[in-house]
Amino acid sequence: MSTRISIDWTRCDGRGLCHELLPELLTADDWGYPLSRNGDPSPRVPAPLREHAEQAVLDCPRLALRLIDAPDAQEVPLTRVMGAPARHSRR
Amino acid sequence: MTTTEMVTAMRLSGAAAGSYRAHLDQLGPLPDVPAHRLIAMTSDAGLTGRGGAAFPTGRKLASVSEHGRAVVVANGAEGEPASSKDRALLGQAPHLVLDGLALAARAVGATSAYLYAPADLLDGKIRTALKERRDAVKVRTVASADTFISGQESAVVSAINGYEALPASQPPPVYQRGVGGRPTLVQNVETLAHLALLARYGVDWFRQVGSHEEPGTRLVTVSGAVRSPGVYEIPGGTALGDLIDHAGSGAEPLQALLIGGYHGGWVPWTDRTAALPHTRAALGRYDAAPGAGVVIALGAGHCGLRAGADIAAYLAGQSARQCGPCLNGLPAVAGHLNNLAAGRAGSKTVHELERIVGLVEGRGACNHPDGTARLVRSTMRTFAAEVDLHLAGRCSAGPLRPRGGRR
Repeated sequence: MSTRISIDWTRCDGRGLCHELLPELLTADDWGYPLSRNGDPSPRVPAPLREHAEQAVLDCPRLALRLIDAPDAQEVPLTRVMGAPARHSRR
Repeated sequence: MTTTEMVTAMRLSGAAAGSYRAHLDQLGPLPDVPAHRLIAMTSDAGLTGRGGAAFPTGRKLASVSEHGRAVVVANGAEGEPASSKDRALLGQAPHLVLDGLALAARAVGATSAYLYAPADLLDGKIRTALKERRDAVKVRTVASADTFISGQESAVVSAINGYEALPASQPPPVYQRGVGGRPTLVQNVETLAHLALLARYGVDWFRQVGSHEEPGTRLVTVSGAVRSPGVYEIPGGTALGDLIDHAGSGAEPLQALLIGGYHGGWVPWTDRTAALPHTRAALGRYDAAPGAGVVIALGAGHCGLRAGADIAAYLAGQSARQCGPCLNGLPAVAGHLNNLAAGRAGSKTVHELERIVGLVEGRGACNHPDGTARLVRSTMRTFAAEVDLHLAGRCSAGPLRPRGGRR
């Protein structure tokens, strides 16, 4: 499992706080809406950025951000096939 | 396609029009199949949703049935302008759809049922049909909005809940929390009509027609450059060439088919593609899918870029205006594509168009931005030679014309 940041596009107004607080993950698109830097619409939040991400969730004036726990696509088959415990997220 | 195959494809289209009595005389009463058996039959038959997403119906029934106190909705909104199969079905065989709704209600243990469809249909045949029936779960009707996205699952739920028919950001999915906050099954009216026949005749009968991958029949709406545009019932996996022959064949030489509707993909028309089956797997390499059964034939004398640009302009206007990237991005995409089709664009526009398409994908509450991006990418890919011509200020279909200047 890894923590990802999820944007509720019906709420987001492009106020811009999130990409100021999380410049490592987000930038702004042409219209000021948060744009994932790696192209994944719900980018993974690495552990060192977890606190900043939580702050962004709290500070978003539109309450448009959430942190979600989602299975990491690559990890699921590995665990199943090898019978090994789930690997920690790559950092 | 042989004659016998065409006859065996007459399932939904062979249902008696008219009164409930005529319907029962033809098909007999609904069998008393228990809920778990109905769900198992639906899964074994391989019935998939006919509203566009092709989700396995058995799995959907099973997940809603787990939650209890469910609501079932027959979705006949058909916001897709190039589709008229749901309208045709509701007009010709409303009892088949209502049978399916009653079965779906039984399968998931629903205590409320709705039929969501255009107001003119509800006021006519549907009202008459409902008066004739005594279903265990009373069916309430809600008029659907006349917008492209009105049939999107969460928009349907929103409309029934008394709000505007706008898609909601998920989660929770409607099968967990939908109408009145209750678990809700939203099923296309054609899917329900198939369920009504499947419950009567069984899994083996259902699979007698169609391919292993696309069992049963499906309704398609064929339009554009064909001699007899209309709604046809075809066996699943019918070859594209046979499908076009059903519609009277091309009214002129064809150059491409838009398959799956305005959110679909173009398939160039060649001897090879005419042999392709109308299945997800075969169409996948063109980033197309059967979807809700829409097929639009583009004649060789028409500009594919112009056709794509006109559809993109329509889709941009159909944004629910809830999500920034869709609200801002789709008009920008449509504008660039229109300029390109009008011969007013250079290679910079092409790059800009492709960049903005990338900015809308995956960034909305519903699939409208993604579907529009798919159509635009498919247009650029399929008519790549036309793009080059237009960049040089020419068009293979004749003089360059601005938007709306077709014909």
